[in-house]
Amino acid sequence: MTTLTSPSIPQPNKRTFFILAAALVFWLVAYNLIQPLANWIAYEALGLAADSHLGESLAFFLYDVPKILLLLSGMVFLISIVRTFFSPERTRALLGGKREGVGNIFAAMLGIVTPFCSCSAVPLFIGFVEAGIPLGVTFSFLIAAPTINEVAVILLFGLFGWKVAGLYVASGLTVAIIAGFIIGRLKMEKHVADFVWKVHRKVDVEEEKLTWADRVERAWGSVKEIVGKVWLYVVIGIAVGAGIHGYVPEDALASILGANVWWSVPAAVLLGIPLYSNAAGIVPIVGTLIEKGASVGTALAFMMSVIGLSLPEAVILKRVLKTPLLVVFFAVIAVAIIFTGYLFNLVL
Amino acid sequence: MLTIKVLGSGCANCKKLEAIAHQVVEQMGIQAEVIKVTEYPDIMAYNIMSTPGLVVNEKVVSSGRIPSSAEVTTWIANALETV
Repeated sequence: MTTLTSPSIPQPNKRTFFILAAALVFWLVAYNLIQPLANWIAYEALGLAADSHLGESLAFFLYDVPKILLLLSGMVFLISIVRTFFSPERTRALLGGKREGVGNIFAAMLGIVTPFCSCSAVPLFIGFVEAGIPLGVTFSFLIAAPTINEVAVILLFGLFGWKVAGLYVASGLTVAIIAGFIIGRLKMEKHVADFVWKVHRKVDVEEEKLTWADRVERAWGSVKEIVGKVWLYVVIGIAVGAGIHGYVPEDALASILGANVWWSVPAAVLLGIPLYSNAAGIVPIVGTLIEKGASVGTALAFMMSVIGLSLPEAVILKRVLKTPLLVVFFAVIAVAIIFTGYLFNLVL
Repeated sequence: MLTIKVLGSGCANCKKLEAIAHQVVEQMGIQAEVIKVTEYPDIMAYNIMSTPGLVVNEKVVSSGRIPSSAEVTTWIANALETV
């Protein structure tokens, strides 16, 4: 059977682009209006003095909350569009022929763009291993995917600029590549649950063919899901940050979390393990730590530990990893995070 | 009779998908069995890499997301045609 395809853009796609253009205009207008609006509410409507603690904190809060929520919606949308081009299946195919080393680097980078949810960690792990991807390369992916989380990166960018966001991505990649490589060298294949090696695929999954309208619809779905899930954390986090911004003196934390306190990095990582929070809750707190004198390396190490080393994920992975490998997995990541924290404290 | 399988270890999204499957079956007024597949070896037999997955008559129709009930209706209708 042959089908003829029309060369012109189908109607739904045209409409999709029109809606997108309208949304972009609205977004830009809103983004440029919030600063004058926040100042007007704080200083004119409420009549607070521009140099008062309360006025400063309130203007900061009124500007940051809509700014971050707009940034979050816009960027999550863009990232989700990009992600419709990267399915876990395609990532697996891309990693197929890669050796260790190069494979670790590729896996860590693909971990950023491949859609990932920690509830899918096990099927993903099995799917990679079954396809013959080396264990260490698989782990590089499994470390990068949750740690370099889009919400974390967007919030860092929105609150502290592209340098801190870039540093976070760089340190997440470094940790994922190094930790994955080390785990690969340790030859721990026998500590993977036995059933993993016996899985055989029964059916092949056909790759979906998506139109632009499908991609936009899915991206919009993830905007609603993610922003709906994190907006409250963002508001609370920024409120706490705004309060501290106006009231707590600078350098209050320098003596315990500063770069010249040698034990601050491992302490921050250890403290981060039992704490399990989503990125939305932790970023404003990390920002406050940095502002009040904690060094950037220590603060980012703390953040990676909270997001990347989570006990719920350990429980999920316990299904496919025997205890020695699980312990090694956690220990290697912890050490790699500590190492990265020191590195940033040293070079910044 | 149609067999619909929901693949997933019991995460929140898997439960949502199961609810959608039940709801669509009821709306269409058809005879169908909705089965939850929660054991990883069984899930992985379908070669999916992200959950939840949806299988209609042994064919994987979606994975890694919650499809809309309209999509599920279409898949079931297609499966009924080919039977």
